[in-house]
Amino acid sequence: MEQDILTGSVIGDEAVLSIEELARACGAEVQWIIELVTVGLLEPQGAETTRWRFRAADLSCARRVARLQRDFDASLDAAAVMLDLLDQIEELRARLKRAGLDVDEGLRW
Amino acid sequence: MEFKDYYKILGLERTVTADDIKRAYRTLARKFHPDVSKEAGAEARFKEIGEAYEVLQDPEKRAAYDQLGARWQPGQEFTPPPDWGAGFEFTRGTVSPEEAVEFSDFFSSLFGNFARQADAHRARGEDRHAKIVIPLEDAFHGATRTITLRAPQLDAQGRVVLREHTLNVRIPKGIRDGQLIRLAGQGAPGAGGASGGDLYLEVHFDPHALYRVEGHDLSFTLPLAPWEAALGATVKAPTPTGVVEVKIPPGSQSGRRLRLKGRGIPGEPAGDLYLVLNVMLPPADTERAKELYHAMARDLAFNPRQALGV
Repeated sequence: MEQDILTGSVIGDEAVLSIEELARACGAEVQWIIELVTVGLLEPQGAETTRWRFRAADLSCARRVARLQRDFDASLDAAAVMLDLLDQIEELRARLKRAGLDVDEGLRW
Repeated sequence: MEFKDYYKILGLERTVTADDIKRAYRTLARKFHPDVSKEAGAEARFKEIGEAYEVLQDPEKRAAYDQLGARWQPGQEFTPPPDWGAGFEFTRGTVSPEEAVEFSDFFSSLFGNFARQADAHRARGEDRHAKIVIPLEDAFHGATRTITLRAPQLDAQGRVVLREHTLNVRIPKGIRDGQLIRLAGQGAPGAGGASGGDLYLEVHFDPHALYRVEGHDLSFTLPLAPWEAALGATVKAPTPTGVVEVKIPPGSQSGRRLRLKGRGIPGEPAGDLYLVLNVMLPPADTERAKELYHAMARDLAFNPRQALGV
Protein backbone atom coordinates (compact mmCIF):
# COMPACT_ATOMS: atom_id res chain seq x y z
CA MET A 1 0.00 0.00 0.00
CA GLU A 2 1.38 3.35 -1.01
CA GLN A 3 1.62 5.67 1.97
CA ASP A 4 2.11 9.37 2.30
CA ILE A 5 5.48 10.63 3.39
CA LEU A 6 5.11 12.86 6.43
CA THR A 7 7.15 15.99 6.78
CA GLY A 8 7.51 17.38 10.28
CA SER A 9 9.10 20.45 11.77
CA VAL A 10 12.52 20.04 13.34
CA ILE A 11 12.99 21.25 16.89
CA GLY A 12 16.57 21.72 17.94
CA ASP A 13 18.55 24.44 19.67
CA GLU A 14 16.29 27.26 18.57
CA ALA A 15 13.66 27.99 21.21
CA VAL A 16 10.29 27.47 19.51
CA LEU A 17 7.97 25.62 21.90
CA SER A 18 5.51 27.68 23.91
CA ILE A 19 4.77 26.81 27.53
CA GLU A 20 1.41 25.31 26.53
CA GLU A 21 3.03 23.15 23.86
CA LEU A 22 5.74 22.00 26.28
CA ALA A 23 3.20 21.18 29.00
CA ARG A 24 1.02 19.25 26.55
CA ALA A 25 4.01 17.32 25.20
CA CYS A 26 4.80 16.27 28.79
CA GLY A 27 1.18 15.46 29.60
CA ALA A 28 1.47 18.01 32.41
CA GLU A 29 0.00 21.27 33.60
CA VAL A 30 1.41 24.67 32.70
CA GLN A 31 1.90 25.28 36.43
CA TRP A 32 4.34 22.37 36.62
CA ILE A 33 6.45 23.87 33.82
CA ILE A 34 6.55 27.16 35.74
CA GLU A 35 7.88 25.24 38.77
CA LEU A 36 10.62 23.68 36.63
CA VAL A 37 11.63 27.15 35.48
CA THR A 38 11.52 28.48 39.06
CA VAL A 39 13.94 25.84 40.35
CA GLY A 40 16.19 26.49 37.35
CA LEU A 41 15.75 23.17 35.56
CA LEU A 42 14.53 24.91 32.44
CA GLU A 43 15.80 28.19 31.10
CA PRO A 44 13.37 29.51 28.54
CA GLN A 45 14.02 32.42 26.25
CA GLY A 46 11.69 35.38 26.56
CA ALA A 47 10.73 37.56 29.48
CA GLU A 48 7.11 36.85 30.39
CA THR A 49 5.54 33.43 30.82
CA THR A 50 3.35 33.87 27.76
CA ARG A 51 6.41 34.65 25.63
CA TRP A 52 8.59 31.86 26.96
CA ARG A 53 10.06 29.62 24.28
CA PHE A 54 11.71 26.24 24.88
CA ARG A 55 14.22 24.09 22.99
CA ALA A 56 14.32 20.35 22.24
CA ALA A 57 16.67 19.83 25.19
CA ASP A 58 14.07 21.44 27.49
CA LEU A 59 11.47 18.91 26.40
CA SER A 60 13.79 15.94 27.04
CA CYS A 61 14.74 17.44 30.40
CA ALA A 62 11.14 18.01 31.46
CA ARG A 63 10.13 14.49 30.44
CA ARG A 64 13.05 13.03 32.40
CA VAL A 65 12.02 15.02 35.48
CA ALA A 66 8.44 13.79 35.05
CA ARG A 67 9.64 10.17 34.92
CA LEU A 68 11.95 10.57 37.93
CA GLN A 69 9.18 12.22 39.95
CA ARG A 70 6.68 9.54 38.99
CA ASP A 71 8.90 6.47 39.32
CA PHE A 72 10.79 7.44 42.50
CA ASP A 73 8.30 9.77 44.17
CA ALA A 74 11.12 12.32 43.95
CA SER A 75 10.58 15.93 44.88
CA LEU A 76 11.41 18.51 42.25
CA ASP A 77 14.65 19.39 44.04
CA ALA A 78 15.66 15.74 44.36
CA ALA A 79 14.93 15.18 40.68
CA ALA A 80 17.04 18.25 39.86
CA VAL A 81 19.99 16.84 41.83
CA MET A 82 19.57 13.47 40.08
CA LEU A 83 19.63 15.18 36.70
CA ASP A 84 22.75 17.17 37.59
CA LEU A 85 24.54 14.02 38.67
CA LEU A 86 23.39 12.09 35.63
CA ASP A 87 24.62 14.89 33.38
CA GLN A 88 27.99 14.82 35.12
CA ILE A 89 28.24 11.05 34.61
CA GLU A 90 27.30 11.50 30.97
CA GLU A 91 29.99 14.16 30.56
CA LEU A 92 32.61 11.92 32.19
CA ARG A 93 31.60 9.00 30.01
CA ALA A 94 31.94 11.18 26.92
CA ARG A 95 35.39 12.25 28.06
CA LEU A 96 36.47 8.66 28.64
CA LYS A 97 35.18 7.75 25.22
CA ARG A 98 37.10 10.61 23.62
CA ALA A 99 40.21 9.38 25.44
CA GLY A 100 39.66 6.03 23.75
CA LEU A 101 38.54 4.13 26.83
CA ASP A 102 35.58 1.85 26.45
CA VAL A 103 33.32 2.90 29.29
CA ASP A 104 30.96 -0.03 29.05
CA GLU A 105 33.75 -2.53 29.57
CA GLY A 106 35.17 -1.17 32.78
CA LEU A 107 32.42 0.66 34.60
CA ARG A 108 29.17 -0.88 35.70
CA TRP A 109 26.71 0.34 38.23
CA MET B 1 1.09 -14.95 23.80
CA GLU B 2 3.18 -16.09 26.75
CA PHE B 3 2.01 -16.22 30.32
CA LYS B 4 4.01 -13.82 32.49
CA ASP B 5 4.91 -14.57 36.09
CA TYR B 6 4.76 -11.12 37.64
CA TYR B 7 5.99 -12.39 41.01
CA LYS B 8 9.05 -13.95 39.46
CA ILE B 9 9.79 -10.72 37.54
CA LEU B 10 9.94 -8.86 40.85
CA GLY B 11 11.80 -11.76 42.48
CA LEU B 12 8.99 -12.43 44.97
CA GLU B 13 6.99 -15.31 46.43
CA ARG B 14 3.24 -15.32 45.91
CA THR B 15 2.61 -14.89 49.61
CA VAL B 16 4.31 -11.50 50.01
CA THR B 17 2.66 -8.42 51.48
CA ALA B 18 1.87 -5.20 49.64
CA ASP B 19 4.84 -3.56 51.39
CA ASP B 20 7.19 -6.27 50.10
CA ILE B 21 5.93 -5.66 46.60
CA LYS B 22 6.51 -1.95 46.85
CA ARG B 23 10.00 -2.44 48.25
CA ALA B 24 10.99 -4.93 45.56
CA TYR B 25 9.67 -2.60 42.88
CA ARG B 26 11.54 0.39 44.26
CA THR B 27 14.82 -1.53 44.46
CA LEU B 28 14.54 -2.86 40.91
CA ALA B 29 13.33 0.49 39.57
CA ARG B 30 16.45 2.19 40.91
CA LYS B 31 18.61 -0.45 39.29
CA PHE B 32 16.95 -0.49 35.88
CA HIS B 33 15.40 2.97 35.45
CA PRO B 34 16.39 3.96 31.91
CA ASP B 35 17.21 7.51 33.01
CA VAL B 36 19.61 6.22 35.64
CA SER B 37 20.90 2.83 34.50
CA LYS B 38 23.36 2.02 31.75
CA GLU B 39 22.84 -1.72 32.06
CA ALA B 40 22.24 -3.41 28.72
CA GLY B 41 18.52 -3.94 28.21
CA ALA B 42 17.62 -1.69 31.16
CA GLU B 43 14.71 -0.10 29.33
CA ALA B 44 13.05 -3.42 28.46
CA ARG B 45 13.62 -4.71 31.98
CA PHE B 46 12.19 -1.55 33.51
CA LYS B 47 9.03 -1.86 31.43
CA GLU B 48 8.62 -5.45 32.55
CA ILE B 49 9.09 -4.43 36.18
CA GLY B 50 6.63 -1.56 35.78
CA GLU B 51 4.06 -3.87 34.23
CA ALA B 52 4.44 -6.42 37.03
CA TYR B 53 4.12 -3.69 39.65
CA GLU B 54 1.09 -2.16 37.95
CA VAL B 55 -0.73 -5.48 38.40
CA LEU B 56 0.54 -6.53 41.83
CA GLN B 57 0.23 -3.15 43.58
CA ASP B 58 -3.50 -3.02 42.82
CA PRO B 59 -5.46 -5.36 45.16
CA GLU B 60 -8.18 -6.02 42.55
CA LYS B 61 -5.77 -6.80 39.73
CA ARG B 62 -3.55 -8.85 42.00
CA ALA B 63 -6.46 -10.95 43.25
CA ALA B 64 -7.66 -11.61 39.69
CA TYR B 65 -4.13 -12.42 38.57
CA ASP B 66 -3.62 -14.76 41.55
CA GLN B 67 -6.71 -16.74 40.50
CA LEU B 68 -5.09 -17.31 37.11
CA GLY B 69 -1.65 -17.87 38.49
CA ALA B 70 -2.31 -21.32 39.88
CA ARG B 71 -3.23 -22.61 36.43
CA TRP B 72 -0.34 -21.32 34.29
CA GLN B 73 3.43 -21.54 34.04
CA PRO B 74 5.72 -18.70 32.90
CA GLY B 75 6.37 -18.84 29.16
CA GLN B 76 3.40 -21.13 28.61
CA GLU B 77 1.14 -20.26 25.68
CA PHE B 78 -1.68 -18.23 27.16
CA THR B 79 -5.21 -17.22 26.24
CA PRO B 80 -7.46 -15.53 28.79
CA PRO B 81 -10.07 -17.97 30.16
CA PRO B 82 -13.70 -17.15 29.30
CA ASP B 83 -14.54 -16.34 32.91
CA TRP B 84 -11.62 -13.92 33.16
CA GLY B 85 -12.21 -10.92 35.32
CA ALA B 86 -15.70 -12.01 36.42
CA GLY B 87 -16.46 -10.43 39.75
CA PHE B 88 -13.68 -7.87 39.52
CA GLU B 89 -13.85 -4.25 38.65
CA PHE B 90 -10.57 -2.92 37.34
CA THR B 91 -9.85 0.71 37.76
CA ARG B 92 -7.47 2.64 35.62
CA GLY B 93 -4.51 2.21 37.90
CA THR B 94 -1.52 4.45 38.12
CA VAL B 95 -0.36 4.36 34.52
CA SER B 96 -1.65 6.45 31.66
CA PRO B 97 -2.89 4.79 28.48
CA GLU B 98 0.29 6.03 26.82
CA GLU B 99 2.43 4.10 29.26
CA ALA B 100 0.22 1.05 29.13
CA VAL B 101 0.88 0.92 25.38
CA GLU B 102 4.40 -0.15 26.30
CA PHE B 103 3.14 -3.15 28.24
CA SER B 104 2.97 -6.69 26.88
CA ASP B 105 0.13 -8.27 24.91
CA PHE B 106 -0.35 -10.47 27.96
CA PHE B 107 -1.09 -7.39 30.07
CA SER B 108 -3.42 -5.79 27.55
CA SER B 109 -5.37 -9.03 27.03
CA LEU B 110 -6.09 -9.07 30.77
CA PHE B 111 -6.31 -5.43 31.75
CA GLY B 112 -6.48 -3.63 28.40
CA ASN B 113 -10.09 -2.60 28.90
CA PHE B 114 -9.23 -0.24 31.70
CA ALA B 115 -8.40 2.48 29.21
CA ARG B 116 -11.91 2.43 27.73
CA GLN B 117 -12.73 6.00 26.95
CA ALA B 118 -15.19 7.16 29.53
CA ASP B 119 -17.09 9.74 27.53
CA ALA B 120 -16.91 11.42 24.19
CA HIS B 121 -16.49 14.98 25.36
CA ARG B 122 -14.41 17.06 23.03
CA ALA B 123 -10.74 16.73 23.90
CA ARG B 124 -7.57 17.11 21.93
CA GLY B 125 -5.56 13.89 21.65
CA GLU B 126 -2.48 13.46 23.79
CA ASP B 127 0.94 14.09 22.36
CA ARG B 128 3.03 10.97 21.82
CA HIS B 129 6.76 10.39 21.84
CA ALA B 130 8.95 7.88 20.04
CA LYS B 131 12.59 7.43 19.18
CA ILE B 132 13.95 6.94 15.72
CA VAL B 133 17.50 5.69 15.13
CA ILE B 134 18.96 6.62 11.76
CA PRO B 135 22.33 6.23 10.08
CA LEU B 136 24.56 9.30 10.26
CA GLU B 137 24.49 9.43 6.45
CA ASP B 138 20.83 10.54 6.57
CA ALA B 139 21.99 13.86 8.05
CA PHE B 140 24.11 14.42 4.95
CA HIS B 141 21.73 13.36 2.25
CA GLY B 142 18.26 13.42 3.82
CA ALA B 143 16.12 10.25 3.69
CA THR B 144 12.70 8.76 4.16
CA ARG B 145 12.46 6.31 7.05
CA THR B 146 9.64 4.03 8.10
CA ILE B 147 8.73 3.63 11.73
CA THR B 148 6.23 1.30 13.33
CA LEU B 149 4.39 2.44 16.43
CA ARG B 150 1.97 0.70 18.73
CA ALA B 151 -1.01 2.78 19.67
CA PRO B 152 -4.29 2.06 21.44
CA GLN B 153 -7.40 2.23 19.31
CA LEU B 154 -11.04 1.46 19.93
CA ASP B 155 -12.33 -1.67 18.20
CA ALA B 156 -15.90 -2.26 17.00
CA GLN B 157 -17.02 -3.25 20.52
CA GLY B 158 -15.56 -0.10 21.99
CA ARG B 159 -12.67 -1.94 23.63
CA VAL B 160 -9.18 -0.58 23.54
CA VAL B 161 -6.83 -2.71 21.49
CA LEU B 162 -3.25 -2.15 20.49
CA ARG B 163 -2.73 -1.64 16.80
CA GLU B 164 0.53 -1.26 14.99
CA HIS B 165 0.72 1.53 12.54
CA THR B 166 3.43 2.50 10.17
CA LEU B 167 4.55 5.98 9.25
CA ASN B 168 6.88 7.15 6.52
CA VAL B 169 8.79 10.13 7.77
CA ARG B 170 11.01 12.50 5.86
CA ILE B 171 14.38 12.94 7.57
CA PRO B 172 15.64 16.37 6.58
CA LYS B 173 19.25 16.95 5.60
CA GLY B 174 21.15 18.57 8.46
CA ILE B 175 19.29 16.76 11.26
CA ARG B 176 21.32 16.23 14.43
CA ASP B 177 21.39 13.73 17.23
CA GLY B 178 18.93 14.74 19.95
CA GLN B 179 16.75 16.90 17.74
CA LEU B 180 13.03 16.31 17.51
CA ILE B 181 10.84 15.92 14.48
CA ARG B 182 7.36 17.05 15.36
CA LEU B 183 4.57 15.54 13.30
CA ALA B 184 1.37 17.51 13.74
CA GLY B 185 -1.77 15.43 14.33
CA GLN B 186 0.08 12.07 14.43
CA GLY B 187 -0.27 11.61 18.21
CA ALA B 188 -3.33 10.15 19.92
CA PRO B 189 -6.62 10.81 18.11
CA GLY B 190 -8.86 13.47 19.59
CA ALA B 191 -12.26 12.74 21.11
CA GLY B 192 -15.55 14.25 20.02
CA GLY B 193 -14.16 15.66 16.79
CA ALA B 194 -11.21 17.46 18.37
CA SER B 195 -7.85 17.38 16.68
CA GLY B 196 -5.26 14.68 17.32
CA GLY B 197 -2.15 15.25 19.41
CA ASP B 198 1.30 15.63 17.95
CA LEU B 199 3.97 12.97 17.61
CA TYR B 200 7.47 13.91 18.69
CA LEU B 201 10.22 11.76 17.19
CA GLU B 202 13.51 11.97 19.03
CA VAL B 203 16.29 11.45 16.52
CA HIS B 204 19.41 9.43 17.32
CA PHE B 205 22.23 8.26 15.13
CA ASP B 206 23.41 4.68 14.93
CA PRO B 207 26.95 4.49 16.28
CA HIS B 208 29.15 4.97 13.23
CA ALA B 209 32.06 2.65 12.47
CA LEU B 210 34.33 5.60 11.67
CA TYR B 211 33.00 8.96 12.82
CA ARG B 212 32.34 10.20 16.33
CA VAL B 213 29.61 12.84 16.51
CA GLU B 214 29.50 15.89 18.75
CA GLY B 215 26.65 18.26 17.96
CA HIS B 216 27.15 19.06 14.31
CA ASP B 217 30.89 18.27 14.34
CA LEU B 218 32.41 14.93 13.45
CA SER B 219 35.81 13.54 14.27
CA PHE B 220 37.81 10.47 13.39
CA THR B 221 41.32 9.16 13.78
CA LEU B 222 43.59 9.48 10.75
CA PRO B 223 46.60 7.11 10.80
CA LEU B 224 49.88 8.51 9.44
CA ALA B 225 53.29 7.06 8.66
CA PRO B 226 56.12 8.64 10.72
CA TRP B 227 57.62 10.32 7.66
CA GLU B 228 54.25 11.82 6.66
CA ALA B 229 53.90 13.32 10.12
CA ALA B 230 57.52 14.46 10.35
CA LEU B 231 58.03 15.83 6.86
CA GLY B 232 54.50 16.88 6.03
CA ALA B 233 52.49 15.23 3.26
CA THR B 234 49.29 15.30 1.30
CA VAL B 235 47.24 12.21 2.16
CA LYS B 236 43.80 10.89 1.30
CA ALA B 237 41.10 10.96 3.97
CA PRO B 238 37.50 9.74 3.89
CA THR B 239 34.68 12.18 4.62
CA PRO B 240 30.94 11.48 4.66
CA THR B 241 30.66 13.17 1.26
CA GLY B 242 33.65 11.47 -0.38
CA VAL B 243 37.41 11.14 -0.25
CA VAL B 244 39.43 14.36 0.07
CA GLU B 245 43.12 15.19 0.04
CA VAL B 246 44.43 16.65 3.28
CA LYS B 247 47.66 18.57 3.81
CA ILE B 248 49.54 17.32 6.89
CA PRO B 249 51.83 20.06 8.25
CA PRO B 250 55.47 19.04 8.88
CA GLY B 251 56.26 18.17 12.49
CA SER B 252 52.75 16.84 13.30
CA GLN B 253 52.48 14.64 16.39
CA SER B 254 49.89 12.03 17.36
CA GLY B 255 46.84 13.66 18.93
CA ARG B 256 47.02 16.81 16.81
CA ARG B 257 43.60 17.78 15.48
CA LEU B 258 43.18 19.13 11.98
CA ARG B 259 39.91 20.85 11.17
CA LEU B 260 38.17 20.54 7.84
CA LYS B 261 35.80 23.46 8.00
CA GLY B 262 32.23 22.86 6.91
CA ARG B 263 32.77 19.11 6.35
CA GLY B 264 30.62 18.12 9.33
CA ILE B 265 26.82 17.85 9.35
CA PRO B 266 25.33 20.28 6.80
CA GLY B 267 23.42 23.34 7.97
CA GLU B 268 23.68 27.07 8.59
CA PRO B 269 26.44 27.02 9.68
CA ALA B 270 27.64 23.54 8.72
CA GLY B 271 29.61 21.57 11.28
CA ASP B 272 33.32 20.80 10.99
CA LEU B 273 35.18 17.54 10.52
CA TYR B 274 38.14 16.97 12.82
CA LEU B 275 40.96 14.59 11.94
CA VAL B 276 42.82 13.33 14.98
CA LEU B 277 46.30 12.37 13.82
CA ASN B 278 47.75 9.07 14.95
CA VAL B 279 51.30 8.16 13.95
CA MET B 280 51.70 4.43 13.28
CA LEU B 281 55.08 2.72 13.43
CA PRO B 282 56.07 0.42 10.59
CA PRO B 283 56.96 -3.01 12.01
CA ALA B 284 60.66 -3.79 12.37
CA ASP B 285 60.17 -7.22 10.85
CA THR B 286 62.86 -7.27 8.16
CA GLU B 287 66.63 -6.74 8.26
CA ARG B 288 66.23 -3.57 6.22
CA ALA B 289 63.57 -2.16 8.54
CA LYS B 290 65.70 -2.90 11.60
CA GLU B 291 68.63 -1.21 9.92
CA LEU B 292 66.58 1.95 9.37
CA TYR B 293 65.46 2.05 13.02
CA HIS B 294 69.07 1.51 14.13
CA ALA B 295 70.18 4.36 11.88
CA MET B 296 67.56 6.68 13.43
CA ALA B 297 68.57 5.66 16.94
CA ARG B 298 72.19 6.38 16.08
CA ASP B 299 71.74 9.63 14.16
CA LEU B 300 68.75 11.42 15.72
CA ALA B 301 69.72 11.77 19.39
CA PHE B 302 66.01 11.72 20.27
CA ASN B 303 64.82 11.33 23.87
CA PRO B 304 61.00 11.15 24.01
CA ARG B 305 61.16 11.22 27.84
CA GLN B 306 63.04 14.48 28.12
CA ALA B 307 60.05 16.24 29.64
CA LEU B 308 60.00 13.60 32.39
CA GLY B 309 63.53 14.55 33.41
CA VAL B 310 64.95 11.08 32.78
